[in-house]
Amino acid sequence: MHPVFMPDFTPRIEQQPAPEGVRLRVLGQWTAAQFAQPRLLKALRAGLAGTSVRQAWDLREAEQLDHVGAQLLWDQWGRQWPPKLELLPQQKAVLERVARFTVAAPRPRKTTWMGSFLALGAWVLHAGDHFKSFVRLIGQLALNLGTLARAPHEGPWRDFTGHIYRIGATALPITALVGFLIGVVLAYLTSQQLRQFGADAYIVNILGIALIRELGPMLAAILIAGRSGSAITAQIGVMRVTDELDAMRVMGISHSFRLVMPRAMALAVAMPLISVWTTLCALAGGMLAADVSLGITPTFFLNALPQAVSIGNLGLATSKSVVFGVLIALIGCHFGLRVQPNTQSLGEGTTASVVSSITVVILVDALFAVLFKEVGI
Amino acid sequence: MVDIRKLWSVFETPEKRFVVHQDLDLTVQRGEVLSIVGGSGSGKTVLLRQILGLETPTKGEIFVLGQPVGQLGRKGAASRIGMLFQHGALFSAFSVLENIAFPLRELKTLPSALVREAAMVKLQMVGLKPEDGDKMPADLSGGMIKRAALARALIMDPPLLLLDEPTAGLDPDSSDGFVTLLRSLHRELELTVIMVTHDLDTLFELSTRIAVVADRHVIVAAPPKDVIAFQHPFIHDFFLGERGQRAMELLREYPFAV
Repeated sequence: MHPVFMPDFTPRIEQQPAPEGVRLRVLGQWTAAQFAQPRLLKALRAGLAGTSVRQAWDLREAEQLDHVGAQLLWDQWGRQWPPKLELLPQQKAVLERVARFTVAAPRPRKTTWMGSFLALGAWVLHAGDHFKSFVRLIGQLALNLGTLARAPHEGPWRDFTGHIYRIGATALPITALVGFLIGVVLAYLTSQQLRQFGADAYIVNILGIALIRELGPMLAAILIAGRSGSAITAQIGVMRVTDELDAMRVMGISHSFRLVMPRAMALAVAMPLISVWTTLCALAGGMLAADVSLGITPTFFLNALPQAVSIGNLGLATSKSVVFGVLIALIGCHFGLRVQPNTQSLGEGTTASVVSSITVVILVDALFAVLFKEVGI
Repeated sequence: MVDIRKLWSVFETPEKRFVVHQDLDLTVQRGEVLSIVGGSGSGKTVLLRQILGLETPTKGEIFVLGQPVGQLGRKGAASRIGMLFQHGALFSAFSVLENIAFPLRELKTLPSALVREAAMVKLQMVGLKPEDGDKMPADLSGGMIKRAALARALIMDPPLLLLDEPTAGLDPDSSDGFVTLLRSLHRELELTVIMVTHDLDTLFELSTRIAVVADRHVIVAAPPKDVIAFQHPFIHDFFLGERGQRAMELLREYPFAV
């Protein structure tokens, strides 16, 4: 039944005629490493299928029998000792251990209506818990800012400046690139439409309003949410995994004062600056594309821009960015502080943090658009 | 089982060059429990990592089970060598049973019922209860983490087991329990064990041979009694200090052969 070219230690069963009936000889290496070969286990099980525990078994010629191999035999025997069994003492010890420790598989849990209902309830409570702890985080931040106002010299200023550099300064190249390209694309697309109506000069209005009031702050916020929001969650999450958060609490240092507040403040300062920078780059890109596709000179563009965009838009864009920054920091910290000490939770927390901060940025942007629709236009 | 020849380990930083091992030779025979001791920074853990193939020596050769160490990392490495890391290194996203079953499951050829049963047997062999299988590593005590990690290291019955500080961070009771477990497993499974430890109790209770790493090579590798008799300042400080005297009591109580 087995081809001759197979090496000698392939696990196999051979039937040998004997006076008392058929005798089953277990041969080869019955080890997990051997079972790893593809299709071998299937063939072996096919060979085992015809055997029964009441036949005579001879294990003495097997080269090696490890616990996985013994488990396979034991299961084949229906978890009982064959009445006629010949084996070496060492094999006996392995089989005895397997026999002693094999336990019945637990029954698979069925999903019931009640179970699904309870799971839904648990999910709602979980969401409520998230909301509660987020509100608590905001409250704690307000209290901490009060503390800081009373004793400014005790503030974590080194952290604050460090975060401004890491979150703000190092994000300048990527935000510039993305802003510039979006400006170019937007200008090209609108210029094609505007040329049909001969309304070439209005490209300044469209680009000005769209980029300064909406796209600039929004693009910057989404980029920073992806870049720094995830970093904040991962940093704080790793501190949880390595017990650093507990160490901090034992020293009597508040997490929110030392970890959350500097990040929130840094983002509140850095976010409007990045947003202005992104807007400027996008306008530069738009200006270039307008010059190429419509022949609108940069001089005209710059002269027309102040008339097209009222000053209120700038204030709106900046205040929006401050809110985005604080929200990104708070969401990052919120998910970071909720990380459980294991790698899976860290990954989930980081993903959840980025997804929710981008969602929240877009939601809040829509809210601003509705609330301030009278401003500027 | 393990053959180390003329091993050099050199670490370079921009300012300085550290020679950790210089012409280090070491041989481990089948069935031994070899402990590697040495002062901190003497490169014990580096040596262990080199035997595992996690680090490449600057010069020299390491043969494990007759093969160059570079070929160990291939598929099914768990059937050749088992390693118990100092902090267990359990996968925190998996339950205990999934952790133990992981090397078997990764073979992709074994049916999952068999994998589960084999893992359950190993789980109980190291003294854990079947209920512990569903727990997550974060919920375990230090001793249980070590036991679960040991079960995972042994899942494919490797002939060679490496231990890095097996009893570090355990309280004396669980430390004793773990040493007893290691000793019985060594006997039952006919393991060859190489361990790095600072704990003199563990050292004397388990080792059949002790290799002392000092002055960048193995100064002596011999049964414990001969090692203590060897004249070297490090051995004098390490074994014959006050701490050593206390542990030495064990020498009179326990026979060395395991």
